[in-house]
Amino acid sequence: MENSTKTNPTERISGAEAVVRSLLREGADLAYGYPGGAIMPIYDELYKYQDKLQHVLTRHEQGAIHAAQGFARVSGKVGVCLATSGPGATNLITGIADAQIDSTPLVCITGQVASHLLGTDAFQETDVISISAPVTKWNIQVTKSEDIPAAIAKAFYIAKSGRPGPVLIDITKDAQLGELDYAYEKCTAVRSYKPVPKTNTEQLKAAAELINAAKKPFIVFGQGVILGEAEAEFKALIEKAGIPSAWTVLGLSALPTEHYLNVGMVGMHGHYGPNKLTNECDVLIAIGMRFDDRVTGNLNTYAKQAKVVHFEIDPAEVDKNVKSTVAVLGDAKDTLSKILPFINENNHDAWHNEFKKHWETEVEAVIDPQLKPTKEGLTMGEVINQVNKETQGDAIIVSDVGQHQMFTVRYADFTKTRSNVTSGGLGTMGFALPAAIGAKMGAPKREVVAYIGDGGYQMTCQELGTILQTGVAVKIVVLNNEYLGMVRQWQQLFFDKRYASTTMVNPDFIKLAEAYDIQAKKVSKREDLAGAVKEMIASDQSYFLEVMIEKEDNVFPMVPTGACVSEVRLS
Amino acid sequence: MEELFTISVYTENNPGLLNRIATIFLKRHINIESLNVSRSEIENVHRFTIVARMKELAVKKLVGQIEKQIEVIKAYYHTDDEIIFHETALYKMASSLLFEQREIQNVIKNSSANIVTVDPEFFVIEKTGRRKDTEELYDQLEPYGIMQFVRSGRISISKTEMNISSLLEKLK
Repeated sequence: MENSTKTNPTERISGAEAVVRSLLREGADLAYGYPGGAIMPIYDELYKYQDKLQHVLTRHEQGAIHAAQGFARVSGKVGVCLATSGPGATNLITGIADAQIDSTPLVCITGQVASHLLGTDAFQETDVISISAPVTKWNIQVTKSEDIPAAIAKAFYIAKSGRPGPVLIDITKDAQLGELDYAYEKCTAVRSYKPVPKTNTEQLKAAAELINAAKKPFIVFGQGVILGEAEAEFKALIEKAGIPSAWTVLGLSALPTEHYLNVGMVGMHGHYGPNKLTNECDVLIAIGMRFDDRVTGNLNTYAKQAKVVHFEIDPAEVDKNVKSTVAVLGDAKDTLSKILPFINENNHDAWHNEFKKHWETEVEAVIDPQLKPTKEGLTMGEVINQVNKETQGDAIIVSDVGQHQMFTVRYADFTKTRSNVTSGGLGTMGFALPAAIGAKMGAPKREVVAYIGDGGYQMTCQELGTILQTGVAVKIVVLNNEYLGMVRQWQQLFFDKRYASTTMVNPDFIKLAEAYDIQAKKVSKREDLAGAVKEMIASDQSYFLEVMIEKEDNVFPMVPTGACVSEVRLS
Repeated sequence: MEELFTISVYTENNPGLLNRIATIFLKRHINIESLNVSRSEIENVHRFTIVARMKELAVKKLVGQIEKQIEVIKAYYHTDDEIIFHETALYKMASSLLFEQREIQNVIKNSSANIVTVDPEFFVIEKTGRRKDTEELYDQLEPYGIMQFVRSGRISISKTEMNISSLLEKLK
């Protein structure tokens, strides 16, 4: 524009261009999506800006959003995905719900029919604002071009601040096509929104007193440690106080597997000691976790003997499921570093030894039979262990949902944070393959291995097409037991082996991978496993490994639904 | 024990917020007994007044979830003894009653209700008060034949300060 001078930095551009330029201003140089009628003006701008903003065409909008999730989880950045109105938008919903419950920062942009058509049941019109409201941290419909930059700025701010989450911006086609005077200003505050609650020093001191006085302290940490980038502060705290620490599924990788105070996982398929001893500790210290029912089992018998200290960023999580004795609100990095000077140096060797004793029990009853099986069939544990040997625990591990997921989080080794990508809260089958694509793009220099069951794989295996088109090098391991294994396990244990609709007749997965030009190998015998895994990890391309697993193997330990955590079963 | 709570929510003006707040109740199977939305004492700040029956522990968590919504400034819950509250009811009656059943005039007078309009065919009585007051009048008018009846949601003012202005000042 002629009249745009130094004092007036605005330019006249289209709403669609404003979308792309605003994304760039937020540092987003990668987006996943799928075009369609109502979002075409934005795609036209993506074409023009393709040297600055890479758009990855997935094969389904669900693939796009899971890829954005994988990207966000490993990089700590906001994942971006785009979809058209109607079915494009509704296909995002599963991933949005997944990101909401797992606190993943996403900005989803959907096209919408032109504003004069809103409410007329126009072609591909869906009220995505109402549909997505319960599963977004925030959403907004934009019907005017000039409102686009501020909406995007606010969206990024809300998505990544405080407890992160997905936001959705629905932009009508006329707002994309119309023009505006473009100026971008980053959002740094929303007056009705307080991302991080103020930490109360009294509470902090009270928490330190409880921790210092504890004879049998026990820490359970969740994803809050990772999201708050508080890994170092967390490690300093547990080492100073000498407290055995267990992780939730989403807390996994915040503390290296081999750390001497890492005592394993809590919850339904967690380790024996952490579950048993939850009901023996005198102070339970929860850090950045939300006492999900899969963690607590029966709340009426959960850690009733313990005083509970809860470090949490989201005030709504405090006392939601477990009543805390002391709640320390705030960002984990901040609260953990502030509490450290008040914590006495300590060790709890005798107490820690109880975890070790339970560990030995578990090794004998569960872990050895998995890792050193005497039966003919391959176990999931030994496959994962073989990959550990090749990667030295340095890989990003993506898992889908089901038995293999629980085996993965139990047996995969981790040396670095942000390395465990799985659908925790929502339990979304089909998550892993697209999430692995996003994870590899979010951490291109790292090895990405996705463990997927034969069931979940077939929910999103169309994304092999995305691998073919982008050449992204992910290692896919399908652990095939020809069952929907987790449901089958429950049918075996609780429904007298009535295997209703859990038997899978599968296609030739090798041919399928090869159809997408992906090197593929199938392993059915133990002696072939090591070589195949070695070949897979050595490859600098994507690789598909199918391993035939003992069909009716079960995941243990197990806390049956509604049972007390200390009633954890070894078989 | 379940009690009646009045939840007051101060919010930004956002058309999607009603949906989000309603969903929080729906998700927990809590029936909204009444809902009122109006402006508040602060410019551009809306006020939701929601009445629902639940346990105190449940209302605490519910208010936490409401406050978590980005455009909610602050939410409070109160029991009846902590607030001044009213509802307004309108009763449409046939105008002929005023001449043919003159004792209805006494009913209206004694109930300190107002007649807000009189038409050749009908007249409308307005009664503001607590639930039992509007119910009592309903019972008294019912024998005469009520043509239409409607009652508003509860509106309430807390006895203690809500400090929204100073809160907004801090958030700036």
